[in-house]
Amino acid sequence: MINDSSLLSVKDLKKYFHSPMGLLGLQTSVIKAVDGVSFDIHRGETLGLVGESGCGKSTTGRTILQLYKPTAGSVVFDGIELTNLPLRTIHRLRTRFQMVFQDPYASLNPRHSVKRIVAEPMVIHGLLRGKELEDRVAELLELVGLNPAHMHRYPHEFSGGQRQRIMIARALSVKPDFLVCDEPISALDVSIQAQVVNLLQELQEQLNVAYLFITHDLRMVKYISHRIAVMYLGKIVELASRDSLFDTPLHPYTKFLMSAVPLPHPKIERTKQRLILKGEPPSPANPPPGCVFHPRCPIATDICRQITPALEEQTEGHYTACHHAG
Amino acid sequence: MMNYLLEVEELVTKFYTVDGVIHAVNGLHFKLKEGETLAIVGESGSGKSVAMMSLLSLLPTPPAKIEHGAAYFTRKNGRRVNLIQQKYHELNDIRGGEVGFIFQDPVTSLNPILPIGKQISESLIRHLGLSTREAYEKSIELLDRVGIGDPKLRYRYYPFQLSGGMRQRVMIAIAVACNPSLVIADEPTTALDVTIQAQIVDLFKKLREDLKMATIWISHDLGLVATLADRVLVMYAGQVVETAKVDDLYERPMHPYTIGLLGAVPGMGMERSKRLVSIEGAPPDLMIPIHHCPFTWRCSRVEKRCWETRPPLIELGGEHEVACFLYE
Repeated sequence: MINDSSLLSVKDLKKYFHSPMGLLGLQTSVIKAVDGVSFDIHRGETLGLVGESGCGKSTTGRTILQLYKPTAGSVVFDGIELTNLPLRTIHRLRTRFQMVFQDPYASLNPRHSVKRIVAEPMVIHGLLRGKELEDRVAELLELVGLNPAHMHRYPHEFSGGQRQRIMIARALSVKPDFLVCDEPISALDVSIQAQVVNLLQELQEQLNVAYLFITHDLRMVKYISHRIAVMYLGKIVELASRDSLFDTPLHPYTKFLMSAVPLPHPKIERTKQRLILKGEPPSPANPPPGCVFHPRCPIATDICRQITPALEEQTEGHYTACHHAG
Repeated sequence: MMNYLLEVEELVTKFYTVDGVIHAVNGLHFKLKEGETLAIVGESGSGKSVAMMSLLSLLPTPPAKIEHGAAYFTRKNGRRVNLIQQKYHELNDIRGGEVGFIFQDPVTSLNPILPIGKQISESLIRHLGLSTREAYEKSIELLDRVGIGDPKLRYRYYPFQLSGGMRQRVMIAIAVACNPSLVIADEPTTALDVTIQAQIVDLFKKLREDLKMATIWISHDLGLVATLADRVLVMYAGQVVETAKVDDLYERPMHPYTIGLLGAVPGMGMERSKRLVSIEGAPPDLMIPIHHCPFTWRCSRVEKRCWETRPPLIELGGEHEVACFLYE
């Protein structure tokens, strides 16, 4: 899976959280939020990471950027191993990778002007100052489709979609090669979602920036991604190019997920035999043995209950972790 | 003449707040047949939830005030009543009995300190006059029917012991307990994951068929609406901009807003190189009363008269109506 031309290479990444348990909280239970995730991302590429709530997709994004310290595994960014670097070095490297958060209401400081918000990363990294800094802020606002004259306004004066643009401008201010977009559109209305997605696409073409696009929206992920990884309970169960994944999904969970998405076509919907996945995902604090999906899987057999399947290449570039695939 | 289960006429709801008046619903008008499923689609702030809560007087007054309008509901005994002007007592007979309501967030709409079974039997006792014993048995049956396994044990569960999907099943059980002729579902699956959403929608469709109830389903998800609606009503800034049968709306959307909304959802076969249709700008500020078409600011085909008066709902035939001067 490791490819020399890749910008980011994640290998067997794990992030476990310890949460207090019992009356006094003396014992702890281990929550395996991310449990052995591997993939790589090339320059200028969008990798979509889909999964349902609690599957560990956001934790994956944050652990890659070293916002959480990984429990195990390696993250190689442009040839540099990030996991064992001192924090100061990582801080310096943050000009190369940035993050766009989900909630445009909670992630902008309400007491800072837009100019200060967008300029902050450049100030922290000592890139520009004075007039140059202001010009660059104006340029960035223009780039994301906002009026540069509004740079002295405060976040509350902007709508959700505009705030998301401010967040994108801030992330792009240090000219990163890689952005983690953590559900950047799920807090927005449909018509505004399209604006932000179009902007992200245009920026990628202009700046050749790579995205890890985290979402639960399968329609959007199909539209925006080059390749897609499907996560379930801390593990990647399938990884393929978008066409290969949607044309020939191999993992039973992926099949259910795709069938569950309602399409905006009443005639198709009326005749479609929808596969309904029974039950609910188990707790990551107590994952089932063997394949994590086996309690809900219609084709599970004894081997699935005992042995955890590895993510293996089935056809070229199409990986899946299932004993019964192919 | 067709007999309608519910006829809403020129509904206007405003909120009087310290910051000013919010014009939430500005003349909503629609009719619902018996057994029909109407989907009300709109973005946040379009007034879809407020309108439905106005019908059943569920909004706190003040700040809310229903300024104008009527909602004629045909009761099971054949009487046609105006919900807006009902006395508290009669309204309570209708709410929960003949009209069920499923809210978006089952966490805040279930009582956290009452076992779920009690919350179901409560309405059975109130509306159907069952004894405690009968209500218990009916509740067990309902829990089973909405797909909650081991209902006798779960009867005694508290909401916190259930997952989001399970709680929504309980909400559905409460809403359909008294065999209502109308169920209003306000984004019941928005807080749920897509596979759980599919489970709930599947359950809802089965119940709808078994109980032959009419449904108003509020949603912002055009995909979801396509799977379950008979007719769709599109709202924007508190007004109806378009209403049509579901196939008609998706195949021949007329209002520029509807066209934009459908274009903003990527189809499954859409190429990456293509751009989504986006509607520029943002919905209008509802603090300012709008006396013209509310979509003018964002409309690509806006004309002079759009800024002058509000376009009426224009009948296009086949129950397709659109509020746009382009079709005059």
